[in-house]
Amino acid sequence: MQDDLIPLLTVAVGETLYMVVLSTLVALIIGLPLGILLVVTEKGHIFELPWLNKVLGTVINIARSFPFIILIVILLPLSRFIVGTTLGSTAAVVPLAIGSAPFVARLIENCLKEVDRGKIEAALAMGATPGEIVRKVLVPETLSSLVRGITLAIITITSFTATAGAIGAGGLGSLAIRYGYMRYRDDIMIATVLVLIFLVQGVQMLGNLIAKNIDRKRYKFE
Amino acid sequence: MIRITNLSKSFVTPESKIPALKNINLEIKKGDIYGIVGFSGAGKSTLIRCLNRLEEPDSGSIYIAGKEITRLNKGDLRQARKKIGMIFQLFNLYDSMTVFKNIAFALEVARYPKAKIKERVGEIIELVGLSDKANAYPAQLSGGQKQRVGIARSLANNPEVLLSDEATSSLDPRTTYSILDLLHEINRKLNLTIVLITHEMDVLKYICRNVAVIEHGEIIETGTIDELFADPQSDTTKLFVNKQRPTSLKEKLILGVSKDAG
Repeated sequence: MQDDLIPLLTVAVGETLYMVVLSTLVALIIGLPLGILLVVTEKGHIFELPWLNKVLGTVINIARSFPFIILIVILLPLSRFIVGTTLGSTAAVVPLAIGSAPFVARLIENCLKEVDRGKIEAALAMGATPGEIVRKVLVPETLSSLVRGITLAIITITSFTATAGAIGAGGLGSLAIRYGYMRYRDDIMIATVLVLIFLVQGVQMLGNLIAKNIDRKRYKFE
Repeated sequence: MIRITNLSKSFVTPESKIPALKNINLEIKKGDIYGIVGFSGAGKSTLIRCLNRLEEPDSGSIYIAGKEITRLNKGDLRQARKKIGMIFQLFNLYDSMTVFKNIAFALEVARYPKAKIKERVGEIIELVGLSDKANAYPAQLSGGQKQRVGIARSLANNPEVLLSDEATSSLDPRTTYSILDLLHEINRKLNLTIVLITHEMDVLKYICRNVAVIEHGEIIETGTIDELFADPQSDTTKLFVNKQRPTSLKEKLILGVSKDAG
């Protein structure tokens, strides 16, 4: 019963979750510092380095211009170098993470820029270092926006995994193409789409819930 | 305590260079409450922000408590700032922190001994009369309470000077007086030097001992508060002191010109 819906779906969901979680983590590890650097190295900010800001901004824009499917192809050698193969979920994490890190960096940048100039000046007037201002002011003050941004990143990465599925990454995208499309298995196609909808919906709801809780604690009135 | 010599600063825009401070000279004694007054755009905010170098002066020197602030490198400036408290018109508290944490933040930054932070925050929170609000978030406080937290935060690390940048300008009159009372009490109890800028004559009258009037980036008059009120020299000061609606063309011109400078 190789073509049964449930076992196929279970494996695919597992692969997708694996790719999403791992890619998001790696994308955050790369994107978070980049996003912070984009903000603090700006002219007039706490770690002014205009040339670095310009270089970073340009590199990120170039990386973001690539259609994702092209990026995967370009990064195949890197996948082979890091993971040892270009096939399967783990190999897909490399282009997924690298492809979404610039996007994550921009998200983080937008969030951290919300912090009012006066709050940063207050910290400067107290003698805080740039590191302290990032850790204790910029990040905590924008925490709920950051959570919302990361939620958006997870959902974007989920759709990227489906694209990656088209060229051998496994997961739900691959299932939909190999069975739903190529073998005319409408049941598999529909099931795959439904699972993806639930997945995205669930991530969004969880993100909203966490963000709301952060805000509720800070802004509740007694 | 504070000595400002030949301080100048201008803002450069692509089109032109706008002088904000021209050759400022001031001396402020320890324990004084010194007011700097002027219309919007006169340069008073730039001046007070130069004192802890939130604004970098172009030339001139500033000494605070024997240290030449204008010559410090970044690291030494950070150290010096830990002993210069500052409060702001819009409070600039952190929404992510409780009142307690907001005050503790200043101590953490100043590398205050960890074990003593709780005790010190308790003391200072009592001084500003907010002991029952330690666990509240800024969003749950009134404007006056927020400024009390601002004051507590600025005093936590035992500063030598307190800079007040229009600290009462967004408060209603009654709250303004309660905040001024608090500043006065702190000045008396701790012999803390306070430099405040304001555009409100009532604030000056209520709390300051010595005053400088600033216009178009220049100090046009200094003296004790009594001298200023009894015998104002410049037209601008007269206008401030009398606080009437400008009637003559000359008075209107003074105000008009001042507004354009902003």
